[in-house]
Amino acid sequence: MVSGGVTKFAKARPATDFRLMVKMAYDQAMAEIPNLTPKQLDGSRIAYFSDHFTRQLKAASMVQDYLGLNPKGSVRLEWGGATGGECFQAAYEAIASGRMDSCLAAGFETMSRVATWKGNEFIALASDTNFDFPLGGFYTGYYALMVIRHIYEYLRLTKFSHVRDEREAQRLAVAEGQRVMSWVSVKNHLNATHNPYAQYPKRLTVQDVLNSEMISYPLTREQICTMSDGAATAILCTESVAKRLTDRPIRITGVGTGTDTMRLADRPFGSVPLFPHEKVKDYEDLPYPGVHSFRAGRTAGLEACRMAGVTDPLRQFDFIELHDAYASSEIQTYEDLGLCKYGEGYDFTLSGAPFLKNIDYGLSVPLAGKLPVNPSGGLIACGHPVGATGLMQAVFAFWQLQGTIRQHFGDPTLQVRNARRGAIHSHAGTGSAVTVSILERGF
Amino acid sequence: MGKPKTFEHFRDVQEELGRSGAAIFRDASGVESLVIDSPYSIHYIHSYAEDSEFFLGLAEGKLLGSRCMNHACAFTYATPRGHCMVCGSPTTWMELPTRGKVHSWTTCLFGSEAFLKETPYNLALVEFEGAGSLLLVRLKDCVQSEIYIGMPVEARFAAEPKYSITDVWFVPAK
Repeated sequence: MVSGGVTKFAKARPATDFRLMVKMAYDQAMAEIPNLTPKQLDGSRIAYFSDHFTRQLKAASMVQDYLGLNPKGSVRLEWGGATGGECFQAAYEAIASGRMDSCLAAGFETMSRVATWKGNEFIALASDTNFDFPLGGFYTGYYALMVIRHIYEYLRLTKFSHVRDEREAQRLAVAEGQRVMSWVSVKNHLNATHNPYAQYPKRLTVQDVLNSEMISYPLTREQICTMSDGAATAILCTESVAKRLTDRPIRITGVGTGTDTMRLADRPFGSVPLFPHEKVKDYEDLPYPGVHSFRAGRTAGLEACRMAGVTDPLRQFDFIELHDAYASSEIQTYEDLGLCKYGEGYDFTLSGAPFLKNIDYGLSVPLAGKLPVNPSGGLIACGHPVGATGLMQAVFAFWQLQGTIRQHFGDPTLQVRNARRGAIHSHAGTGSAVTVSILERGF
Repeated sequence: MGKPKTFEHFRDVQEELGRSGAAIFRDASGVESLVIDSPYSIHYIHSYAEDSEFFLGLAEGKLLGSRCMNHACAFTYATPRGHCMVCGSPTTWMELPTRGKVHSWTTCLFGSEAFLKETPYNLALVEFEGAGSLLLVRLKDCVQSEIYIGMPVEARFAAEPKYSITDVWFVPAK
């Protein structure tokens, strides 16, 4: 990867349609590598999630057209919430296969074109329309179902095992889960106050998050990402071209993808695919993935780590940008990616490990800085224009590894010092598809 | 000036134009854009195809799951599938018990536009004795504070079927 660009994410951008948004992110990326002219670019991979939102089929062709890239090769990618991550890997594959020497990955979404609850309906069409959608199809509801079970498995059956009354034990466990999820929301929103591209930067307290409107029990409004308009681009090329274009190229050393059943109801109850630092006996009585964990995320993480030679993610990554569409799924993803064992996600959060060291969150975070997660603010605070999101992560990770956060954000606070290796994680549906890509400093 | 609901994200309506649902918007940097209301509706002709039997079963007050016909596998599905996801063999229909237990649940205070008027509603994943997978349903006749994982629940069926998954719902077991 030699360059990237991202528009500011916003609730609505009536003055810029999807073509112009991508053009802005494309121009930003190209401006940083003046030795690559559009003429020299071999082709593109262009992504957006929903034809319902655009109400313009072949919108990716219109982007290719507007950028002036015809008649070069291009293809449109769609993979639900993981659309951006999939687009990034498609561009990687175009280069790695030898088909192209340079490739643009571009993603966008224009979600403001319908009212918020209609937008939720469009997104819910990415659930089984025979069995799931007609029940009140609502993604926050699906994630609430998942985290209620996650809390049951990992808080009710452990920390609250001494409480005799079942209803009371579960109520206490959920309250504790809500409290820990609020820490994630506080972290991501506050990180974003140092990121000028973020849609919802703010300082919140745990109490603010808990007091915000209940959307689907136990998830409150501040624990959920919102709809956005935005675009992001990444430019990938071969090693020899990269060296000609920049003295700070970033290597893509691992890619992984995983999948799972479309319906939550069909998720199996089997055994856990293990990272090298885990043992079979860690999970002897754990039905996996059930509806509480993301087997697709674990599968993608294992593949990417194997390829990059990462055996202990907690020690070998310097930061991670992951798909926190919900504060709950950030905690679930810590476990999927092997940052801690299954069941340790809540304690991992409270240890402070995923927090930045140089920010005062108003929380006691003794291990802050150990492995910053979503230093950019993540989806919860940056916004989630679906097709752009995975590429936004790539751009933020790229700037982290280049050491150019100060230059790009006008603020050095979020720069992870000496960042050499990071991961980006893009997640679709109720976990029906996940991509993980590993980026490392190439200079 | 009243703002059409369609334009809820655009805070800076400058001027509504003569045509209904058209307006000029000005953003923070002063750039003006013309925005119009553009409605869209459609009827789809949707076949339940290999899932049809399940929905016909609901109309008769029966809950049909499916079982893998490969005897070495014999996986049972509470949400039916035409083919087994474990071994790929065809499945056969089997009647599920109408009683089960809550595997997980939530109360939705909001929902997609189509379901907003029904809020709050409860969703539950139900597990059944002898089935290897779950069924997602609405859970009625109870409120958030009463629901817990493991709660026994039983099916109710619509007297006048709409041939939708909403023809079945669960209530706390008597």
